[in-house]
Amino acid sequence: MNTSGPAVQAHGLRKSYGGVAAVAGIDLEIAPGEVFALLGPNGAGKTTTVEILEGYRGRDGGEVSVLGEDPQRAGPAWRARIGIVLQLAVDSPELTVAEMVGHFAGFYPSPRRPAEMIDMVGLTDKARSRIRTLSGGQLRRLDVALGLVGGPELLFLDEPTTGFDPAARRAFWAVIRSLSGGGVTVLLTTHYLDEAAELADRVAVIRDGVIVAEGPPASLGGRTSAAAVVSWQDHDAPRQEQTDEPTRVVAELAARYGGEVPGLTVTRPSLEDVYLELIGGQS
Amino acid sequence: MTATSSAGASMVVRTTAQAPLPGVWRVGWSRGRVELKSFFRERESVVFIFAMPAVMLVLLGAIFGGQGAGHGVSIGDLYVAGLIGGGVMATSYQNLGMSVAFERERFTLKRLRGTPMPAAAYFGGKIIQVLVAAVAEVTVLIAVGLAFYHLQLPTSLAVWWTFVWVFTLGVAACSLLGIAASSLPRSAARNAVAVITLPFVVLQFISGVYVPFFLVPMWLRDIASVFPLEWMCRGVRSVFVPQAIALEPGHSWAHGQTALVLLAWVGAGLVLCLKTFRWQSPQGR
Repeated sequence: MNTSGPAVQAHGLRKSYGGVAAVAGIDLEIAPGEVFALLGPNGAGKTTTVEILEGYRGRDGGEVSVLGEDPQRAGPAWRARIGIVLQLAVDSPELTVAEMVGHFAGFYPSPRRPAEMIDMVGLTDKARSRIRTLSGGQLRRLDVALGLVGGPELLFLDEPTTGFDPAARRAFWAVIRSLSGGGVTVLLTTHYLDEAAELADRVAVIRDGVIVAEGPPASLGGRTSAAAVVSWQDHDAPRQEQTDEPTRVVAELAARYGGEVPGLTVTRPSLEDVYLELIGGQS
Repeated sequence: MTATSSAGASMVVRTTAQAPLPGVWRVGWSRGRVELKSFFRERESVVFIFAMPAVMLVLLGAIFGGQGAGHGVSIGDLYVAGLIGGGVMATSYQNLGMSVAFERERFTLKRLRGTPMPAAAYFGGKIIQVLVAAVAEVTVLIAVGLAFYHLQLPTSLAVWWTFVWVFTLGVAACSLLGIAASSLPRSAARNAVAVITLPFVVLQFISGVYVPFFLVPMWLRDIASVFPLEWMCRGVRSVFVPQAIALEPGHSWAHGQTALVLLAWVGAGLVLCLKTFRWQSPQGR
């Protein structure tokens, strides 16, 4: 096994459907153990990119290496090292949760214990229930258990928390953090900016088949150096000032008010502001 | 990175050599068990695929079974043989056509494709499921025949051998055609009944399942003879209603031709499957 190189590497990745470029030259590099989030509006090329990396789709151009192999040519031994969590409708409705997870465990050379996986996604109470009786959120958690039961080195998560209630999302985030703490590489696609900010070490924003920004969520799109907004409460009305030097503005205000500035806040563009700016108002 | 769960934290990346992948026989057997559970737990498949031929046999036999067809053959006998042929096609062609179409639409196939499960294990599981369902179907129909229609079981081993090869070739041809047909409906939920079931119902009317074959007009018999069901029914008639040879086209069971036509359909079905089978719907991007 190749432990030194990146977990995922893509250069100049391209894919068209009927002459329309869905992916128009993407470069990616994800280190082992990293949590990487791919953000972008529907139709931006997110799913196509991930499906090429998962081995579901061929590509028209570019070089791809996932866990040291070309996904287009990789076989079962490679698939045993990845885990894919798909957004699915009800699959195998008449099997129980425990039967389904146990069945999938049997595909892998060194699977995790099915009961442990069921417990990890919080479905122990439902282990003996038929899959057709599960709620939407429970189904998604079953999908996660099925993606993890093989003990993957690299996990693909496609919109993993769609349909989760807030408590289930927080529980799921804890699971992902603990996985990455254990050395599992995670490639996540999501619509939720808070999810990307919460989980990802690095984020890439994809638009019209190309990556338009990439970096840690805190500094994405030059967030740390972008103009800040200083606002405060004057005698009669709220006031604000846009500035590249917020510290200077605050110091001047402090001098003017002789101490505390009433209602003082200093804000930089939120991840959401940056994201909306990057994708040009699409959503 | 403060939150931990013991299960997750222990999921450390393996750095040692991989354990070998589970063998295709073991995974195929496991697929077969899961397929059988799903089939027999699902009300739709049990009612519309498994119980339907038996219900039709009881009904058609009750309505027409008492009549004679001449030459010492009762219509009831012909129905037993015809519905065994139809039941074999229901548990292979219709069963696989519908279930694989749904599995593709529900992304079951896509999910399986993303695991190290060998493709051969998936098809092995289907073979196990179809064989068990088809054998059970034939057993039920024979039991109904024995109970209500004075069905005579053959006593010669050679005749049973005829049944075995007709059954095996019929199941193989119809299973492959079912898997190929699963790619036809645009949406399994909306179109599968029309695209997969309707041709099967038509074939049952013209191939000697719902209507005794000697009553079917010649031009329809010619159409039926292109497809496997008519040959399967004819083979089954030769086993359970041997005296009906007087009613057969050319007064012959045409076993050689039966084997050739069924083998040709096995070949054609295999080619169609290899050309058309997809793990995902083409529109799914």
